[in-house]
Amino acid sequence: MASGRDIKRQIKSIQNQKQITKAMEMVAAAKLRRAQEAAQASRPYAEKLKEVVDSIASGTRDVKHPMLEKRPVKKTGYLVITSDRGLAGGYNANVLRKVTQTIRQRHKSNDEYVLFVIGRKGRDYFNRRNMPVMEEVTGLPDAPAFADIKSIAYTSVKKFAEGAYDELYLYYNEFVNALTQIPVEKRLLPLEDMSGSGTATSYEYEPSPEGVLEVLLPKYAETLIYTALLDGKASEFGARMTAMGSATKNATKMVSNLTLTYNRARQAAITQEISEIVAGANAQS
Amino acid sequence: MSTFLLEIVTPERKVYAQDVDMVSVKGIEGEFGILPNHIPFVTPLQIAPVVIKKDRQEEYIAVNGGFVEVRKDKVVILAESAERQTDIDLDRAMAAKNRAEQRLKAKQDEFDFRRAELSMQRAMNRINVKKHR
Repeated sequence: MASGRDIKRQIKSIQNQKQITKAMEMVAAAKLRRAQEAAQASRPYAEKLKEVVDSIASGTRDVKHPMLEKRPVKKTGYLVITSDRGLAGGYNANVLRKVTQTIRQRHKSNDEYVLFVIGRKGRDYFNRRNMPVMEEVTGLPDAPAFADIKSIAYTSVKKFAEGAYDELYLYYNEFVNALTQIPVEKRLLPLEDMSGSGTATSYEYEPSPEGVLEVLLPKYAETLIYTALLDGKASEFGARMTAMGSATKNATKMVSNLTLTYNRARQAAITQEISEIVAGANAQS
Repeated sequence: MSTFLLEIVTPERKVYAQDVDMVSVKGIEGEFGILPNHIPFVTPLQIAPVVIKKDRQEEYIAVNGGFVEVRKDKVVILAESAERQTDIDLDRAMAAKNRAEQRLKAKQDEFDFRRAELSMQRAMNRINVKKHR
């Protein structure tokens, strides 16, 4: 049985850890609120864009654009959004597992797909496994601006247009609430279900419907990536908050268990000492 | 005088949403003004200031990489970035302009050149808007 001093030291160290996890939980909670607001603020832009793209696609029947057309799939692109830092529960593991499983099912060799990664955790993971990472972005701030991911979004969309791959999937953690984040797969390109919800306002286009689409579609795809990133950020803080919350709770439980053990050990020592004294006194008389 | 609602939206936030008398923008085919009851219209925009007229006051907004959607009762400008005069950091814009100038002089490959050109335009746009009083 551990001596009183050992137990005491252990209690102290767990209490220190508890302070850290508690602080991280509170920081994550504060950041979560801001991330949620950012995700909210980006929504009008994305919705507006979709509206306009929709109305062009449905208003003019015979628009053709490479980003709207399905092609036979020879190569696939995956864009994976992870975090830079760990200690966020299953946040990174979940989404990375999903990607790896899909890739294993769909592809036989590394030549059949390429990866775009946002976040240090994802990059390290794929590099360790020698999977083909085409471009990466790490060290994003907690409230990423559109300019921060502009380049990766631009490249991934452009490579599709150039025919480097024939479809592009987006992987990220969808934010449901602070307790639940679901890793999701979304097909970004080719863009589909574009026609249909036709709020058929007939617009005039300058220079032409095709010309406008030319500018709009890449922008739309980039915006989808950005909103996914913001959602991912909110999920990250949600996951971290939950993970750190339960870590704090576990630490509290451990401290109370250890305190009990410590008190028992102390009591046992006292009892033993008394009985020794009593025995000694008895022997003398 | 009749007015219409103008909204300027970026991925990060809504920059502007007010009733205005007139707005003048620079589309890729040229500059044009929008008054109330304009025909529904969509066009991409150049990197240029957007001029808003409201209550006989003019306001300039630096808009970069966007397009304008005109509806009967409403005009929406969607842009990657948009700054009002008070939001522009003049020193930063100046620094960006100098950087872009140097890059343009260095004459690298075409892609870098194009990028420098664009960032030059953005910086000039911001400076113009900021200095316009």
